[in-house]
Amino acid sequence: MHPALSIVFFTTASGAGFALLFLIGIGVPLGLLPDDPWFGLAALALAFALAAGGLVSSAFHLGHPERAWRAFSQWRSSWLSREGVMSVKTFVPAAIFAIGWVLFGATSGFIGLCGILAAALAAGTIYCTGMIYASLKPIHQWRNRWTVPNYLALGLMSGFLLLDLILRFWVSSPVGTTILTLMAIAAAWWLKEAYWRLIDTTSAPSTVASATALGSRGRVRLLEQPHTQDNYLLQEMGYRIARKHRARLRVIARIAGFALPALLTLVALVAAGKTAAIAAAIAVATAGLGLIIERWLFFAEAKHTVTLYYGADAA
Amino acid sequence: MTDLPRPHPGQKKLGLVIDLDLCVGCHACATACKEWNSGGHMAPLPDFNAYGDGAWGVWFNRIHSFEEEGSAGGSACTVHFPKSCLHCDEPACVTVCPTGASYKRAEDGIVLVNESLCIGCKLCSWACPYGAREFDADAGVMKKCTLCIDRIYNDNLIPEERQPACVMVCPTKARFFGDLGDPNSAVSEIVATHGGKDLMPELGYRPVNKYLPPRRAPTPSEPLQLAALGAPDSDSGGNALLRWVDRLLSR
Repeated sequence: MHPALSIVFFTTASGAGFALLFLIGIGVPLGLLPDDPWFGLAALALAFALAAGGLVSSAFHLGHPERAWRAFSQWRSSWLSREGVMSVKTFVPAAIFAIGWVLFGATSGFIGLCGILAAALAAGTIYCTGMIYASLKPIHQWRNRWTVPNYLALGLMSGFLLLDLILRFWVSSPVGTTILTLMAIAAAWWLKEAYWRLIDTTSAPSTVASATALGSRGRVRLLEQPHTQDNYLLQEMGYRIARKHRARLRVIARIAGFALPALLTLVALVAAGKTAAIAAAIAVATAGLGLIIERWLFFAEAKHTVTLYYGADAA
Repeated sequence: MTDLPRPHPGQKKLGLVIDLDLCVGCHACATACKEWNSGGHMAPLPDFNAYGDGAWGVWFNRIHSFEEEGSAGGSACTVHFPKSCLHCDEPACVTVCPTGASYKRAEDGIVLVNESLCIGCKLCSWACPYGAREFDADAGVMKKCTLCIDRIYNDNLIPEERQPACVMVCPTKARFFGDLGDPNSAVSEIVATHGGKDLMPELGYRPVNKYLPPRRAPTPSEPLQLAALGAPDSDSGGNALLRWVDRLLSR
């Protein structure tokens, strides 16, 4: 599948933003995080900017961005529509929570309830994002049991990394959050490896024989394409990545996305003050790079069954 | 709207039957489709860089050519394979649509796009395993085969011409149009007689269009007896004339 940069950025940024909102929405009303309104302003501004920025970025790949509001109508059948509805619904309690906390200093009662509601809806939004891909039967690399857990875990990991960084400006050594961040990185890494293992060892149930209803006598192979030039199907769904590049990019994603952030978070755990804050900041930056490469690969490695009509033996 | 219409007994399912045994791969169906639909319901079908290198554009019908190896000793055969929208009973392209632009008609099962609702998110084209939908980068909306809805119900055409353009034009009559929901229709009988098949049945889209596999009997082609012709003392087997030619040439 063609890795459109707008979607790569959208899923990584909004995943991190909604996950940060999830953590704050739960942590602050429960008293696990500081209730300083300035912390609220910084953390919520970052969460809103990432979540909303991602949503705006996703509109760039539309043929008619001005009609994007129509996408809220078909939530009964469409995961994309559900994601849209869920993301907008998240902003309603999140906005009440933000106003109540930042302007009036309230984090309990109704305001706290809005925070928890926003957290639940934010998690739901990330789940819907994963389901958009996991529901597509023609793409084996997406329609599997690891896609949704990957989206949730990678979101949670990036949310924790951001929280651990911001928190350092208010709490000198947020040990609990840092340990949870390490655990989130480990879980996300493990799930990503499980995902890669699955797509490396299995292939789609469809073959060129099932795609053509031929093959009862012998092997089927493409003899001639319908057209000598490019077309939309090949541009959008015929994207192929060289095995060599794939292996290299996976190594970069592993190092930048998981290994370095884990190492730097560990440094932040044992170090103190400025050193720890710098380590946490670099962890966020390198994880961002790693996750963008990971997300790019998620698209580039995905093979659509339409390629069976263009010379692929298996999808 | 992107919910699928509830099927009822005797549901009309308009679609095509494509006989792979008769198709000669002339691409007439593709060009007739392009011609009609350039002025039809989903018009225009844009072309980009049409007269230069790297020309590409929107087509609703494309003809792929495959080779099927023969069974033990049989020769391989070329199968020309026209592919257009299969107007599935379970069209995920419709249910994934976030805006309701994609829909399946309750009255005849035709899958269409309402261009004025389409936001051009392309998700429907990802959800279609068959590559039936193509994006119009000019208009910013998705386009697809309409089963020539503007021909089959067109009162201005004589009744014999109220068929999809691809069916009308086919010189070998390899394409049939009709109601596949009616077990007694001509198309359903053709499917039953010749063992019409679904494409990628394992994905569960339950396509309405059916494909009739090639019926050519496997012809075990014996390797040519060239060695025997050249061998001077091979007088066993073959007929008398060939043995005489063999002796003559071996002199």
